[in-house]
Amino acid sequence: MFVNFFYELKRTGVPVSLTEWMTLMEALSKGLAFSSLSGFYHVARAVLVKSETHFDSYDIAFQNYFKGIETPVDVVEQALEWLKNEIPPLMISPEERKMFQDWDLDKLRRELEERLKNQDGEHHGGSNWIGTGGTSRFGHGGYNPAGVRIGGQSLNRSAVKVAAERRYRGYRSDETLGVRQFEVALRKLRQLTSRDEGLKDELDLDGTIDATCKNAGRLELVWDRSRKNNMKVVLMMDSGGSMDPYIDLCSQLFTAVNRSTHFKDLKFYFFHNCFYDDLYLHPSCTSRSAIKTYDVLHNLNPEYRLIIVGDASMAPSELTMVGGAIDWDVMNNEPGLVWLERVVKHFKHAVWLNPVPSQWWDVHRYYGAYTINLVRKLFPMFELTLDGLELAIKRLKVKF
Amino acid sequence: MEVQEFKGTANYIVSEDLRNSVNVSITLGRPLLIKGEPGTGKTMLARSIAEGLGLKLIIWNIKSTTKAQDGLYVYDTVQRLYDSQFGDHDVSDISQYIKMGKLGEAFLSDNPVVLLIDEIDKADLEFPNDLLWELDMMSFYIPETGVTVTAKHRPIVIITSNAEKELPDAFLRRCIFHYINFPEPEMMVNIINVHHPHLEDKLIHEAMEAFYWIRTLNGLQKKPSTSELLDWVQALTVGGVSLDKIRREIPLLGVLLKKNQDFDVILSRLRTQSTNKTKTRSHSLWG
Ligand SMILES: Nc1ncnc2c1ncn2[C@@H]1O[C@H](COP(=O)(O)OP(=O)(O)O)[C@@H](O)[C@H]1O
Ligand SMILES: [Mg+2]
Repeated sequence: MFVNFFYELKRTGVPVSLTEWMTLMEALSKGLAFSSLSGFYHVARAVLVKSETHFDSYDIAFQNYFKGIETPVDVVEQALEWLKNEIPPLMISPEERKMFQDWDLDKLRRELEERLKNQDGEHHGGSNWIGTGGTSRFGHGGYNPAGVRIGGQSLNRSAVKVAAERRYRGYRSDETLGVRQFEVALRKLRQLTSRDEGLKDELDLDGTIDATCKNAGRLELVWDRSRKNNMKVVLMMDSGGSMDPYIDLCSQLFTAVNRSTHFKDLKFYFFHNCFYDDLYLHPSCTSRSAIKTYDVLHNLNPEYRLIIVGDASMAPSELTMVGGAIDWDVMNNEPGLVWLERVVKHFKHAVWLNPVPSQWWDVHRYYGAYTINLVRKLFPMFELTLDGLELAIKRLKVKF
Repeated sequence: MEVQEFKGTANYIVSEDLRNSVNVSITLGRPLLIKGEPGTGKTMLARSIAEGLGLKLIIWNIKSTTKAQDGLYVYDTVQRLYDSQFGDHDVSDISQYIKMGKLGEAFLSDNPVVLLIDEIDKADLEFPNDLLWELDMMSFYIPETGVTVTAKHRPIVIITSNAEKELPDAFLRRCIFHYINFPEPEMMVNIINVHHPHLEDKLIHEAMEAFYWIRTLNGLQKKPSTSELLDWVQALTVGGVSLDKIRREIPLLGVLLKKNQDFDVILSRLRTQSTNKTKTRSHSLWG
């Protein structure tokens, strides 16, 4: 049943909506995907998927659904079948159902039937420029006399094989990261000053012009409250040796945070495994760049959003014992956990981002996860992935 | 005037997929949203479409301050006020103070046009949603004059995004989407050839090796893109740089990189490579 492709997409995580699904029907009725299943693969993706981070899920769904299907005619037949019978069982919300009124379903059905009838043996019923792989007209990757250049690869391979290659795996937002993606995510961390409070201290130029014009040219100044991002952020990063495997990931986050110009204030501190009396201004964590943790807490009001980045993997004594600090020149009079708790109580909003994949946080299977779980009792902990960062940001925005 | 299918143009290398997406968008009359790293040819695609189809191109460059309204029309009240006080105009006819924006211009054009809304992600988060209705209905209303502007021909709408911001779902649902991958070397050679047809193969090869190597390095603030590569091969030719230096020394690095920190990253990598020193770090069990 064709509609299962829709559900398969949803299941693999493509947020496809009914609007898009119906647009696909329209595309089929216009003959856009007739010449090959590759054609269908591309048309459906262009219509249904709106982010390269979902391409991989699309490929998975496509493989699952189309494994046994050979020709695009089958697709259209199934689509028609669906349009004829299956709309009622499709579970949709009332708003979505309303949208069906935008489509002339009868017309769609008629057009699809027409397409099917006109099929010749080679399935070239519709426009045949889609999915012909460029081989018929221009050759591929080359130059043709009419002066048209085509780059890239030929598509004359089975669409299911193309899907099976999963070329977009690297774009999944739950697996990969880059500075830019971090930056985009961080942009969501904003908190605008409200329109209802504060001083009206910004000249509203448009308002002034309007009012002045209405006033027959006598100047009338209009003032408004400015809207600024009020978000203040403090980032504390573990720069210890066990973080080395994650150094690229962490430096990407660091760069992204550093580049985020939209925060009202931004502070960086470093520590080594856990922090005690001191934090450090420099990743080397030498005494020259030390700063008293108490001073930091005094200077930063609780409105600051605290983001800690660390693997939380250390010897348990570093968290639980007086004098347990890993560095020989640090003598802590209170155990690490006390300090962590002090800090988390100070800030109203705090999260811990952990570059260690969450599947390794299970203490029953990984002994190293013991301290991760001690820390997790105090801090909401998220994986340092794009998805994790987004969850963390949501958490930081929650109002108390 | 019937709009044709897009086949490509001589000065723009278009992949099969991209060409298909363009034609899906044209056939369905939906905006085509093009996303990709800077320099992957998004802006140039719109030019190529216009050229290939023989249509006029209207470009609406979006900035952080752009409002949807700017694309429809602006009512120049200041001019009207000025005229009423100092001019000899009759100012009672408001329509003379209504100036069409880019979208308005595209709607009123007598022939079909290609409308490029370039870098939509620069604008406010609400911007794309504010345009939905006009793009759907292909018309808008001017309350000051009581006029409804309706598109004479549905323009081919190309929208580009560098993915600086996420775009709202409602907007995305109405677009055809295409992601331009960073060009594979094979395609890059073609792109270079279009721009600089008479370069030595060996030079292109050496430059590409260095270029793709740089792009694999971690910790760069800004990876060099196609435009920088194009400038670089040109600079290498003009500067008469000897071929065997290109990969070893990466001369004229300033053409490829824009950030000072990135220079350091690459220079230090070149240094460690040449001395062939492999640094080993000692790890303790717990850090
Ligand atoms: N496919 C291509 N064919 C020809 N030139 C290209 C192509 N892609 C990129 N370029 C070159 O790279 C430059 C940057 O392209 P542009 O369209 O401005 O990128 P974007 O809008 O994606 O940032 C262009 O000036 C063009 O010369
Ligand atoms: Mg551009």
